[in-house]
Amino acid sequence: MRRLTAALSALYAGLIYLFIFLPVVVLVLFSFQDGTLPVPPLNGLTLRWYEAVLSDGKLMAALGNSLLVAVLSSALACLLGFLAAYAFARYRLPASALLRGLLVAPMTVSTLIIGLGLLSVLNVTGLRLSLVTVGIGHVVINLPLCFAVIYASMGGHQVNIERAARDLGAKDWQVMALVTAPMLMPSILAAFFLSVTFSWDEFIVAFLLSRFDVTLPVEIWSMLRSGLDPKTNAVGSLVFLVSVAFLLVMELAVFRKSGRSS
Amino acid sequence: MTATPLERAERRKAWAFALPGLLWTGLFFLVPFAYMAMLSFWTRQGREVVATWTLDNYVAFFEKAHLFKGLVVSLEITAAVTVISVLLAYPLAWIIAERVPKRWQRFALIMAILPFWTSYVVRSYSWLLVLSKGGVVNQALLWTGLLSEPLELSANRTGTIIGFVHFFVMLLTLTIYANLIQLSPNYRRAAADLGANAFQTFWHVVLPLTLPGIMVGAFLTFVLCIGDYITPQILGGNNELVLPQVIMLQLGRRADFPMAAALSLVLMVVVTLAYVACARWLKMERT
Repeated sequence: MRRLTAALSALYAGLIYLFIFLPVVVLVLFSFQDGTLPVPPLNGLTLRWYEAVLSDGKLMAALGNSLLVAVLSSALACLLGFLAAYAFARYRLPASALLRGLLVAPMTVSTLIIGLGLLSVLNVTGLRLSLVTVGIGHVVINLPLCFAVIYASMGGHQVNIERAARDLGAKDWQVMALVTAPMLMPSILAAFFLSVTFSWDEFIVAFLLSRFDVTLPVEIWSMLRSGLDPKTNAVGSLVFLVSVAFLLVMELAVFRKSGRSS
Repeated sequence: MTATPLERAERRKAWAFALPGLLWTGLFFLVPFAYMAMLSFWTRQGREVVATWTLDNYVAFFEKAHLFKGLVVSLEITAAVTVISVLLAYPLAWIIAERVPKRWQRFALIMAILPFWTSYVVRSYSWLLVLSKGGVVNQALLWTGLLSEPLELSANRTGTIIGFVHFFVMLLTLTIYANLIQLSPNYRRAAADLGANAFQTFWHVVLPLTLPGIMVGAFLTFVLCIGDYITPQILGGNNELVLPQVIMLQLGRRADFPMAAALSLVLMVVVTLAYVACARWLKMERT
């Protein structure tokens, strides 16, 4: 009986893992397809689709745009989130619960609706769509997360250290920049990297709020119009590779360290 | 009660720290949202929005079949995806939590969510490679002789559901595992002491205790699934549109912002109702 359940468990887990990995394996495998259709039969292996991707100016520009938007919007979201978290954790503000609710509210609304709202307001103001508007949208999406993560890690035990710094003559900004921020660095970094990941992969807001300069997901989206294409496989595989590498670095550098120190 | 100058200075400082974030959310989230709510009660002439108050957009939503059907299709697909994903993810989470040795669990979990890290758009595209007529599944089935005609697995509801289930099985495995691992082993020991067999322990003890966690996961699935545009657009074909697709369609050639706004508000109301139902149920569970 015991052996039977063990065998059934292994079989079930195997099947679900197969289901989970099937599309990724197919994606990567047929990115090497020596032919123009990324479906069976596999004609042979070639790297030419990767060459095509790396020499595609539009794709590389989109990649750069994505990185730029992800890093800058996440940094801004972290800064705003940190300041707000500091204010709500260290001072008593009127209607504190309501205002904190406002700060996390965008998390509960579909990104389609956030993007649509911004787009209709931008239409009225006549501001042109650009990477800046995409970045504004991404800060809206990521600020709730940054605020929540950093606010949750602002415990009472750091208050005494901040007070000591103040007693020793540190000004407010010095306390914040030299004492509070370094103490909270693990959660600030976690918030930053999470934001970068979300922004990097975000499609709908970037799609609605950009026009000529687009981010990578939007550029890949426009590649899909030409149907199945090994070049799309190659881009997808590269993005996957970069993301997994990023995940590894994050796991090793940030979360391991924060796990050990706490 | 009057504040001392020191208190007033402190309060000013607190506002200075909180305001940038609050202003950002107010200006770029609250204002657009309020504007969109107003827009949904306006109308348009040609491509111009006209600020005359009317319920026309909402009336049209209920009267015009192609708009209302979007909501029906969305609800049907989302319900199917939520149920299938929970049923598939729970056993996997259970196996990882109970059958996999402790020091391998983290690895098993990371592997279970690794495809999360392909870009969202690419993930749906990958399923197209698997499910399309000439795709891997059909080719394999034809080759083995199990089929003589390729199955219609993409460009229809099946494709959309498979694409969604793939994403949410990963998500739910993670949340359900977190739930299972938090259970104190004492419950199980107590059940065993009282003579329950493995199945009874699971059915009467473990499952009820993890039900609130499942509900939260299912709610998350519902919200993310019903608001998604990418997966149905890539895998679903053009015959059956879900509500987000209908919304995006209003923006296209028609540039009907008031209608898109009204449909978005309908979507929000549905999500809010689901939230209220879920919160109610959780409260009932707790008492």
